[in-house]
Parts: sequence; structure tokens; C-alpha cells
Amino acid sequence: MSFQPARPYEKHPKVAIRRESFGGLAYHYGNRRLTFLKAPPLVELVEALGGFASAAEAIDAHVPAGRRAAYERALAGLLDSEVIRAR
Amino acid sequence: MPAESPAATPSLTDRFSHGLDAPICLTWELTYACNLACVHCLSSSGRRDPRELSPEEARAVVDELHDMQVFYVNIGGGEPMIRPDFFDLIGYAVDRGVGVKFSTNGTMLTPERARRLAGMDYVDVQISLDGTDADVNDAVRGPGSYSAARRAMDNLAAAEFGQFKISVVVTRQNVSQLDAFRALADSYGAQLRLTRLRPSGRGADTWDELHPTQAQQRELYRWLLDHPDTLTGDSFFHLSALGESLPGLNLCGAGRVVCLIDPVGDVYACPFVLHEQFRAGSVRDPGGFASVWRESELFTELREPQSAGACASCGSYDACQGGCMASKFFTGLPLDGPDPECVHGHGEAALAALGERLEPVMVPHPGSGHSKTGRRPTGREPVFVTLGRRA
Repeated sequence: MSFQPARPYEKHPKVAIRRESFGGLAYHYGNRRLTFLKAPPLVELVEALGGFASAAEAIDAHVPAGRRAAYERALAGLLDSEVIRAR
Repeated sequence: MPAESPAATPSLTDRFSHGLDAPICLTWELTYACNLACVHCLSSSGRRDPRELSPEEARAVVDELHDMQVFYVNIGGGEPMIRPDFFDLIGYAVDRGVGVKFSTNGTMLTPERARRLAGMDYVDVQISLDGTDADVNDAVRGPGSYSAARRAMDNLAAAEFGQFKISVVVTRQNVSQLDAFRALADSYGAQLRLTRLRPSGRGADTWDELHPTQAQQRELYRWLLDHPDTLTGDSFFHLSALGESLPGLNLCGAGRVVCLIDPVGDVYACPFVLHEQFRAGSVRDPGGFASVWRESELFTELREPQSAGACASCGSYDACQGGCMASKFFTGLPLDGPDPECVHGHGEAALAALGERLEPVMVPHPGSGHSKTGRRPTGREPVFVTLGRRA
């Protein structure tokens, strides 16, 4: 199912994230895919997703207001590559 | 490798060229011992080195990789399965969250071992094969190596290992077999992995005969564009100068995003430059691997902006970044000039110019390394070059 900001998500349990100066590297131990998270707030957002009732609330808490759309697109991509999953 | 928006500035390629806190992709050669003697072996393997890391030292390397959050390690050799602690070590790595991809010639991959591998999570297997028939393969990898590799594939299939990889070094002799390699991989439900031949190790002695021609390089480039799901380790980025970029990271990652740990614990900038000039340190040094990666003089230097040198005026430089450092080094070309296989022919011209110089030309040689017998005398050692092509 495609990404919907009103729904709750979490970092996929098989994903590990390594922080880097540009953001982070996410590795999925199941599908062996490496994904680049190209901004430090995106790393924070992905790590925190599971603690919020919806992705939108997590974005509100971690991302400057003007950047909301970009981060929604980023999460949609991360859902496709299974870095995050619905819960 | 997929990248996600939002885009950060500067570009990821720029970021990567300045290095990361830990390598993305680390190759670890477990032993120089090998029961084959492939003529293009990058590490000139054959005999075990008495100084190789002990099982305890090898586990300590895994601990460091775990602490640095290196997600997976590419294990090779030599033939890694020769190490008596092979299964213990990969089991230990997997338990510590360091995934293992290992390359093997398949000779030791018995039905029992295939079943054992099938029972492990986070272990990928790559069987090396350099021809789709025994003639082409065995000319490079030695008599019996084709049937041994096929037997290993059969054993993995019978054990229901799942999707293993068939790993091919593309040569002048096998480039016409790309479709056949693909069909072979498909027949096993395997993935095809193609990598570039380097003039490294024993490959220094055979590169002239084995490296693809310019026409073959163009054929390979089109084939890779038509088959984007083929794994390449991003090793053909020099071909991106032909137009559309190939998928993956189009840059030399040496010391920036990749490196090599050799069987005795020495750390080199990449798997293709086992030479003192590109040795950054040792995992046995006081600060261990982490300090070699983060602080060594060599890696710090490699992360500085690099000069495009003779390639600065070429419109393709952004696409190919001057190509492969190791290929230049072991053919005697300057590191800030064209790759010997430059698709525009600048490398061939540079090699020809090297051959026409009257003064002595020093072509660095990787040495015979751990080869079991003396290497084939082909004259790539330091020589006095006079006229004509390189000696």
C-alpha cells in the first residue's frame, strides 16, 4: 500500500541505520539493500516514526514546517525500499 | 544503490569522495591459501602466509566492524573456505550483525557445507566462474575448475540455499558469453555479477591478453544498460564516459567508501592495489582498523580533492572520474591521467607514449605474492623501454 501520512509507520525491524555527516546509511538485512538517507533530520524522523500515532505527527515533531512535502516524499520512497513499514 | 530525496548539497558523490566514518563496502581476504591458481588472481594467492590473522584476531576484527556499524563484509581470498575456522568466523560475524558475502571457487562447497550455508541468515555466496564452458573458464581458472564450480552451484541448489551469485570477471575471451552467463544464472535462480579485470596481482602478467578490446567494451556497456539488474560492484564506471551513466556509484571509492583487509591484517585502499604504496596500516596497529580507516595518512590523502590532470580537458571526466586508480598504477600510467581502458582511447595513447620514451620506465609490479610457483615471465617488471610498445 502506498504511503499515507495519516497512518502510523515504523522503521523496519530488519533495518539498521548508521549515522554519517550527510545523514545516514540504512541497511536492510533481509533484502540486503543499502539506502542513503540524505539529511540528518530524515535519520531522526525514521528512528522516531514508531513512537507517533501517524507519520504526519512525526514529521511535525522533527521537520521544519516548510519542508514537509519533501519529507513525505522521502518517507514514501523509504516505504518502497522497506526501510520503514506500516504498523 | 537507491538514493532518497530530500537531496542534500553537496552531492552524495562529493560527500563520499571525502570519506565516511566507516566503509560502505569492505573486502576482507581471509587467506592467501588457494587450491587454484587463476591467471588473473588479484592477490597472487596460492600459499598460506604464516602471519595470517589467528582465529582470535579475526574475531576481534569482526568486533571492530560491528562497533563501526559495517553492515556487511565481502569475504574472499585466496579460497576462504580453506581456513579451518571459516564457518566459525562467518557464524560469529552474522551473530554480531555483520552480514557476509563470500566469494569461493566452489571446490570445497560440498553438499554438506551447502546445507550448512543454507541454514544461515545473512550469508550470501558468490561462485566464481569465468566462462560458460570448461574451455573458456579453465584457460583462466585452471583444469577442472569449471566442473567444480558447477558442482558447487548444483549443491547450493539441492540444499535450497536460495539466490546465490555467479561472479564473472569479464575478459576478451568471455565477453561474447554474457547472454549465456545470464541464462546459466537464470537456470539456477541465481544472480549474475560481472566485474572488471584489473592488471593487479597475477593479472599484471595477463592483462594484455585478457582485457576486453574497445569494441568489446562498447558491447559490454550496451549489455549492462540493457540488463540493469546485473550486479557489478560498480566496477565499470569508466564505461560511463560512453554516454548514459551506468547504475551505481560512478567514482573510485578507494579509501573513501571501500578498502581491503588482507589475510595478515594489512589495510589497503581497495582490493585491487595490494602494493606497499597503497597500504594504509594494519588492523594489528594500536588503534586497530578504525584508526587506520579514520586517521591513516594515505586515506586522508585520498579524501582530498584529486587532480583531473591530463583528463581535465576531457568532456567525459565528470562521467568516468578518470577511471580506476589500480588499473592506472599497475600499467605504469600516472594516477591523474586516463584509465588504460579509457573508452576514448586516451589510455592506449598514454601507454603507447610510455613505450616510446627512451628513458627507463618503471612499471610497478605487484610481485609474485603468494603464488605457488614463480610467476610467468612476461616482462612487466621494471624494464628499460626503448621503441615500440611497452615491453
